[in-house]
Amino acid sequence: MSELRVRQGLPAPQGLYDPRLEHDACGIGFVANIKGHRSHDILVKGIQVLINLTHRGACGCDPETGDGAGVLIQIPHAFFARECARLGFTLPPAGEYGVGMTFLPVERHPRLLCEGIIERIVCEEGLTVLGWRDTPIDGSAIGRVARASQPYIQQILVGRAKAMTEEELERKLYIVRKRAEAEIAASDVPDKDFFYIPSLSARTIVYKGLLLAPQIANFYPELSDPEVVSALCLVHQRFSTNTFPTWQLAHPFRYIAHNGEINTLRGNVNWMHARQSVLASPLFGGEIKKLFPIIQAGGSDSANFDNALELLIMGGRSIEHAMAMLIPEAWSSNPHMNPEKRAFYEYHASLMEPWDGPAAIAFTDGRSIGATLDRNGLRPARYLVTEDDLIIMASETGVLPVKPENVKLKGRLQPGKMLLVDTSEGRIISDKELKRSLYRRSPYELWLRENQITLDQLPEPGREHGTDHETILSRQRAFGYTDEDLRLIVAPMAEKGEEPVGSMGTDTPLACLSDKPQPLFNYFKQLFAQVTNPPIDPIREEMVMSLISYIGTERNILDETPQHCHTLKLPHPILTNTHLEKLRRVSRGDFLATTLPMLFASEEGAKGLARALDQLCRRASLAIKSGYTLLILSDRGIDPDYAPIPSLLALAAVHNHLVREETRTQVALIIESGEPREVMHFALLIGYGASAVNPYLAIETLEDMVKRGLLTPAITFEKALLNFKKSINKGLLKTFSKMGISTLQSYRGAQVFEAIGLNRDLVEKYFTGTVSRVEGVGLEVLAQEAILKHRHAFFPVTDSDTELAVGGNYQYRERGEYHLFNPLTISKLQHAVAQQNPQTFKEYTDLIDHKNRQLCTLRGLLEIKKSQHPIPIGEVEPAKEIVKRFATGAMSFGSISKEAHETLAIAMNRIGGKSNTGEGGEDEARFKPDASGDLRRSAVKQVASARFGVTTNYLVNADELQIKMAQGAKPGEGGQLPGHKVDQEIARVRHSIPGVGLISPPPHHDIYSIEDLAQLIYDLKNANPRARVSVKLVAEVGVGTVAAGVSKAHADVVLISGDSGGTGASPLSSIKHAGVPWELGLAETQQVLVLNDLRGRIRVQTDGKLQTGRDVTIAALLGAEEFGFSTAPLISMGCIMMRKCHLNTCPVGIATQDPELRKKFHGKPEDVINFFFFIAEQVRGYMAQMGFHTFDEMVGRVDMLDARLAIDHWKAKGLDLSMILYNPPTPSRIARRRIQPQDHGLSQALDYRLIDHAREAIDNATPLEIKLPIRNVHRTVGAMLSGEIARKYGSAGLAHNTIRFQFSGSAGQSFGAFLVKGVTLELEGDANDYVGKGLSGGKLIVYPPRNSTFLPEENILIGNTVLYGATSGEAYFNGMAGERFAVRNSGATAVVEGLGDHGCEYMTKGLVVVLGKTGRNFAAGMSGGIAYVLDEKGDFAEKRCNTAAVDLEPLAADEDVQQLYALIADHVAATGSPRGKWILEKWTEMLPRFVRVFPHEYKRVLGVPRLSERLAATA
Amino acid sequence: MGKVTGFMEITREMPARRPPTERINDWFEIYLPFPEDKIRAQGSRCMDCGVPFCHTGCPLTNIIPDWNDLVYRGRWKEAVRQLHATNNFPEFTGRICPAPCEAACVLGINEPPVTIKQIEKTIIDRAFEEGYIHPEPAAVRTGKRVAVVGSGPAGLAAAQQLARAGHDVTVFEKNDRIGGLLRYGIPNFKMEKHLIERRLEQMRAEGVRFQTGAHVGVTIPATDLQKEFDALLLAGGAEQPRDLNVPGRHLKGIHFAMEFLPQQNRRCEGDPVPDEGAIVATGRRVVIIGGGDTGADCLGTSHRQKAAHITQFELLPKPPDERSPFTPWPLWPMQLRSESSHEEGGTRDWSISTIRFTGDDDGNVNQLHAVRVGPPPKFEPQPGTELTMDVDLVLLAMGFLGPVQNGMIEQLGVNLDARGNVATDENYISSVPGVFAAGDTRRGQSLVVWAIAEGRKAARAMDLHLMGETKLA
Repeated sequence: MSELRVRQGLPAPQGLYDPRLEHDACGIGFVANIKGHRSHDILVKGIQVLINLTHRGACGCDPETGDGAGVLIQIPHAFFARECARLGFTLPPAGEYGVGMTFLPVERHPRLLCEGIIERIVCEEGLTVLGWRDTPIDGSAIGRVARASQPYIQQILVGRAKAMTEEELERKLYIVRKRAEAEIAASDVPDKDFFYIPSLSARTIVYKGLLLAPQIANFYPELSDPEVVSALCLVHQRFSTNTFPTWQLAHPFRYIAHNGEINTLRGNVNWMHARQSVLASPLFGGEIKKLFPIIQAGGSDSANFDNALELLIMGGRSIEHAMAMLIPEAWSSNPHMNPEKRAFYEYHASLMEPWDGPAAIAFTDGRSIGATLDRNGLRPARYLVTEDDLIIMASETGVLPVKPENVKLKGRLQPGKMLLVDTSEGRIISDKELKRSLYRRSPYELWLRENQITLDQLPEPGREHGTDHETILSRQRAFGYTDEDLRLIVAPMAEKGEEPVGSMGTDTPLACLSDKPQPLFNYFKQLFAQVTNPPIDPIREEMVMSLISYIGTERNILDETPQHCHTLKLPHPILTNTHLEKLRRVSRGDFLATTLPMLFASEEGAKGLARALDQLCRRASLAIKSGYTLLILSDRGIDPDYAPIPSLLALAAVHNHLVREETRTQVALIIESGEPREVMHFALLIGYGASAVNPYLAIETLEDMVKRGLLTPAITFEKALLNFKKSINKGLLKTFSKMGISTLQSYRGAQVFEAIGLNRDLVEKYFTGTVSRVEGVGLEVLAQEAILKHRHAFFPVTDSDTELAVGGNYQYRERGEYHLFNPLTISKLQHAVAQQNPQTFKEYTDLIDHKNRQLCTLRGLLEIKKSQHPIPIGEVEPAKEIVKRFATGAMSFGSISKEAHETLAIAMNRIGGKSNTGEGGEDEARFKPDASGDLRRSAVKQVASARFGVTTNYLVNADELQIKMAQGAKPGEGGQLPGHKVDQEIARVRHSIPGVGLISPPPHHDIYSIEDLAQLIYDLKNANPRARVSVKLVAEVGVGTVAAGVSKAHADVVLISGDSGGTGASPLSSIKHAGVPWELGLAETQQVLVLNDLRGRIRVQTDGKLQTGRDVTIAALLGAEEFGFSTAPLISMGCIMMRKCHLNTCPVGIATQDPELRKKFHGKPEDVINFFFFIAEQVRGYMAQMGFHTFDEMVGRVDMLDARLAIDHWKAKGLDLSMILYNPPTPSRIARRRIQPQDHGLSQALDYRLIDHAREAIDNATPLEIKLPIRNVHRTVGAMLSGEIARKYGSAGLAHNTIRFQFSGSAGQSFGAFLVKGVTLELEGDANDYVGKGLSGGKLIVYPPRNSTFLPEENILIGNTVLYGATSGEAYFNGMAGERFAVRNSGATAVVEGLGDHGCEYMTKGLVVVLGKTGRNFAAGMSGGIAYVLDEKGDFAEKRCNTAAVDLEPLAADEDVQQLYALIADHVAATGSPRGKWILEKWTEMLPRFVRVFPHEYKRVLGVPRLSERLAATA
Repeated sequence: MGKVTGFMEITREMPARRPPTERINDWFEIYLPFPEDKIRAQGSRCMDCGVPFCHTGCPLTNIIPDWNDLVYRGRWKEAVRQLHATNNFPEFTGRICPAPCEAACVLGINEPPVTIKQIEKTIIDRAFEEGYIHPEPAAVRTGKRVAVVGSGPAGLAAAQQLARAGHDVTVFEKNDRIGGLLRYGIPNFKMEKHLIERRLEQMRAEGVRFQTGAHVGVTIPATDLQKEFDALLLAGGAEQPRDLNVPGRHLKGIHFAMEFLPQQNRRCEGDPVPDEGAIVATGRRVVIIGGGDTGADCLGTSHRQKAAHITQFELLPKPPDERSPFTPWPLWPMQLRSESSHEEGGTRDWSISTIRFTGDDDGNVNQLHAVRVGPPPKFEPQPGTELTMDVDLVLLAMGFLGPVQNGMIEQLGVNLDARGNVATDENYISSVPGVFAAGDTRRGQSLVVWAIAEGRKAARAMDLHLMGETKLA
């Protein structure tokens, strides 16, 4: 990105490392006195909060250097007055001066230059420099790395001009800072990267740095000065993926501290830039230009957000108003929202798009302090208010000790809600009141009614295009339609209204290496969320998603007029021909449309294309000048002379041209094209700025298919079109959600794609800002591809030639696209392993390696060098050692058959490699060796989002625990095992109910950020300290920085999967278009880990269509120590790439559960073993050639690779792999492979003490009861103890209540995780997130302190995601839980007195009783188990429950009633719950108010008719 | 794909053959009609493989899964379009191809494969019946003149492709009827000859000219063609039969199969075959030497001519009943094949090497002397296994050695490869500019399906050669 100026501390982009890709996540918090009383104590408490959040931060290679921490407080006037007097100048009264914290170059000369510039600007702005103050610091208090990069820290004191109000002063200070930033950035001051102004304000001051929380008070000694007082203190502890020293990127910024990630940043920044041209405010007048650029280059997402927020605040909006604009609630699909409030949000949606992504933001303007959560509520935020007016808000509860009797209330922030403390009014303003005051500001509803337009309101067009059946075939050919597009893409969408699903991975060439002309779309890969940011479930959590967008001229965002919502509202982005004609003829208000052709003269080739693009951009500019507000880019009218410009190219060219012109927000771009036909096409068009798309040829194709009888007879054209739109829309939501983006509006223009194989010129000109790392084709080739298709269209030979091209992208076809696994390679491989014939194996690998070199994969373009000193092969490490580095992929028992699964396990155990359970659990019978001596146990136990079968016993029977963050075939998505595949045995292993379908959620609900991942790693290490923990990532741009975070989160292994990995079932668009090849991901990972000196403590594994010894050798040279294989071992066992895994019809008994088909499985462990030894022998051959004796020597030796130039290939010749081969110039002491173990920090675990206490109880199963205090820093309490017990007693555990610990205090995260049967944890106090995660038979009891005074059922007791993946056990909670209570519960029984949104989500088994309020979306995706909900208000069915998968009914059967009564009685006995008692007392009155939540699927399996069916039967 | 579980529910079924006792009394094709619902059900057995080995197994790379599915759905018209996209003459291959596609069918791994060949035959027969087949003359004529020598499957396929690309094509055939091996090599009971006629009708309408009785290199100097035409395709087959050089070979009553079979085909056409030189099996003791397809054709023909007694010898050992482990799926399986002719009678024996013939005083063969031999490559005679048979007619069906070299090939002076076939580069062009070769002439004796494939590829190469670009598949 050209505008990027690298911030001080971050290295320049090099190799595949790009500083833009750094992520961070964190702990945030604030402490405030509600009445606004300033005290030093607030600061002390704030710092205490910070220290107690330390475990949420991270430290890098230097354990003393943190990722950054800081505090924001009110300016302590008395302190500064005293200090300045000492320095010899007098301060005016508070509010009449500003204090600036400045980071300056260390060297004297450049520092003085910076100071000089600042002083000059202060004076130019009419303010006065009162003086400078050297901020006292103690460099010895911080880490070595931090010290080395520490800036010179000074404070500047700026006096106001006469009669300036505080507001005016604040605004002036803002101008001063913006000007200084811009000027110094543009200057040639040496070391200017040190320059940074953390704050410059008359109200607040920020102390921050590259610190660990406990260091901050020592580093800034004045923070301990009793005269440093404040009524509020905002704190932040950062966890960054990098280890580079960056002082500026520490939080808080001027207004916020952010925990989260803005996914739509690229778009937001672009749009903000585009808006500058219309920005105006009477508050700034002509000075507004001094603020540009609004978004300071080189900032993090949080910094950019702070910039935008600051503008809105300075432009006159209140901080809460600005926050509600930038991070709106999910309003569009909430029918229960107050209409005025909806109008507020809708009105502001026409002003600007949301900044979308997971966020908990604490904010303050120095008077008000508050916090808000994004619409998904994906970050924790708990608060506590005391009787003496203190409010404490933090990512965790228990960060500050408060006497129970002093607690007034305990709460949590809910999704989309805001908490605000107005210290000047001295009170907390509830979300309801605050939002009311916002929506009552102006008559938004009226404004919308009068100004907003919908398509329905536009007059019907007189004429519109119909379907031209005569010419359709040639036009389809011109746009590159293939037979497969019709058969496998369009037809399923038209018939089922769903994106088509396929299986196995992709093994076709990258678009830039394919001999076939490709749609431009195929050069792009979707980005997706992993680790630092969760994907969303767009189906089960649809309520946060929105496809609504607004077309129209954007106006000045600093103003608020009725005209601002003079927009055209589109419910979704797909326009039918009628809709498009309506728009084309629109004449209403400002709306005026014109059509610009996207065609070029085919004869003129690339020059013609370039000319046509330039002309198109010119015409667009002209149209804007002439007052057009809708530009329709159209490729209608192709003929034998004119070929279509690829629609994406035309759009991106115009979009970027207008962004540069700063006129982009004045028009909407609409695409009228024959090209788009699948989800990826629409996603790209929207992602590069289109407001809407009219896919006219796809629509015509539907009608033509109906006419030709190509669709199921029941499908009419209208139905087909409806279904098609539905499929695309659903697919779009899915694509957004993969990236963690909720709304189309913010996805538009966000450019969340990576290009592979487009050259720099092309990208810079037309796809500005898009990542493209291996160079590649330019306009020349794109023109050629368009022309090839165009000729194919208009000059056919015979009848049968007028057919569409075969395609062959999804299924192998001769004359179609090449596949690495094709009839020849599959049969050669099978013959080689069956006959144990190395010669045949060589024939197999020759075919692949040779083809690879021509045109399939990036590794094909790499050459392994020969050493001048080769060694005899006999001296090379033996194959039996090398095969230990091999693993088979995570294929679940369920996706593949028992026979296939166990054959792989036996094979890998025999050779000392590792097989992987996949995410389906594992039968405990496999944990012990068979009589034959073979072990069917998988060494790697996967822990995936659904946590199927993840019991403590499962965890302790593993050598490696693999956290699957993403899967190569469908990164960012969940999965589904249809009910018909869930037989008795699979259900048993997965702890579910036979016949009931199983859903894997897209995210791990306990991993929304990097610090969450660290927590899960810690949990798993506790449960089984002997197993190494591995984290599976999928290659995409930025995976290296995520891997760095993973290393810092103390994983032992990181697995980088390529995009070509397989799947049992996945949407085709995901298989084809998400993720990038492992070569890129692995090389980036190695480079970033080495640059950060994090490589030495983590092993790197890679997988993704590894097929030959050459593949493995290249991967090793690029930095991998271990290697995963799935498809090739499957083929060795008989798989023939049927690609029908999702249909359960595998004809060779591998990917099926059908008993008849399973009989056809004939694979043997020997086949698999032969494969791995063949591979190892080939690797040895290469090692000998390179002169390596041991494998370790080879790891990361990228210097032994050469890039070949594919000069003879028309597309590949432009590729440049030098970034992949980049070798960071670090000294040899920086390890390039893993040389030391991670320090998991287990030694501090409370469980060691618990185990000591319980030693005898464990050994002899004797009862034990002990009382202990607990704090929030005690995390994962009970897991290690449970692991010990499971190791000894297996899943049977001990007798109930054998071991009983009674804690008091605030428990840290994952309290009672993986607790096994026989252990009871009782907690008097409260607990954080993930209580009872993976509960495996244990018992949990939590209740508030006995002497607390608040009502338990109205106060938050336990955090989010409680009982996630619990498989059995009991839990009693005398209070409210947060979001996602009992998510993926598959067997535990729980009683709780209230909960947040998404309760019982994806639950498959177990029993949940809710005695109080529930949030929204209860029971989404719930397919098994039962919930009883006390519905006192009677609005549960209507407003709170997602009834898509469940029936709600009264309790009828006696046994149900008795069961419920008994459970509540148990609850009362365990917790003393007053509410429980009360309910039992009024049992006859309360019973009718209980609702029984009964999943449809569960009913079906039990044979219970659905309510509707019963009604139908009686009617 | 239509029916996901078709292969699990439906078993392989072929149309019944007429009873041998009935069919050996006529020369008509042997299969009984097969109802449409049955063939559609057979189509549903296709598993729509992710990697369909069948269409790689097919030399023409027929897009088999696609038309299997179309047949299942009853979409016959599109099925034939798909079929014709890769195969000019499915009515021939659907009858006489040994179907390597079925050997490669994925279902064949553990179940009987899909009846691909039967489906192919049904598609094209139905297409003719329904009138879907019509001439497809080129929209634009190129004015280029192309000569095709030989009207067998390679020559015909090339001719049709070239004509559709807009060239003026003339096919030269030495015999009196068009079709080459299809016409005179394949017995009628395997493929009735009217099938050739209807295809020729289409080709004539597309502008292909046929000259019969035009023996290039004999009646027409090859060099004349070089002058008159812009390009020349040699597709004259590999008609040089492999001989059996043993004592007594000169005796009367010992003939090549390709002397015997064409005579019967002429008779079936109603052409007179003079008694002199007539080779008939009627009432005679027949020995067929050679266990391949041609041998089987001789067998079926001899049955129909009512031979007294027929024996078929093969030099190689008897293959296994099941697929040999040395030819695992999807390779063409080495295994015992029984053709319809074997069902009709006769004796088969393996590992037999004929060492000499003896004859009567008139010079007619009357005894065959042979010995049992060991396995290849040595074929060592087994001591004490000599045998002698009484015999009246010996038919040599031992394969072919390449194209006949005197005449055209000599005149053109094209280079030959080590096996005596016309040598070409990968673009089917011979050592002589403008002269191309395809089919058995180029690759040696092979299958009809290969001949069609070669003809198509050669046509593409010629079009490219003539025009500088080509859109032929």
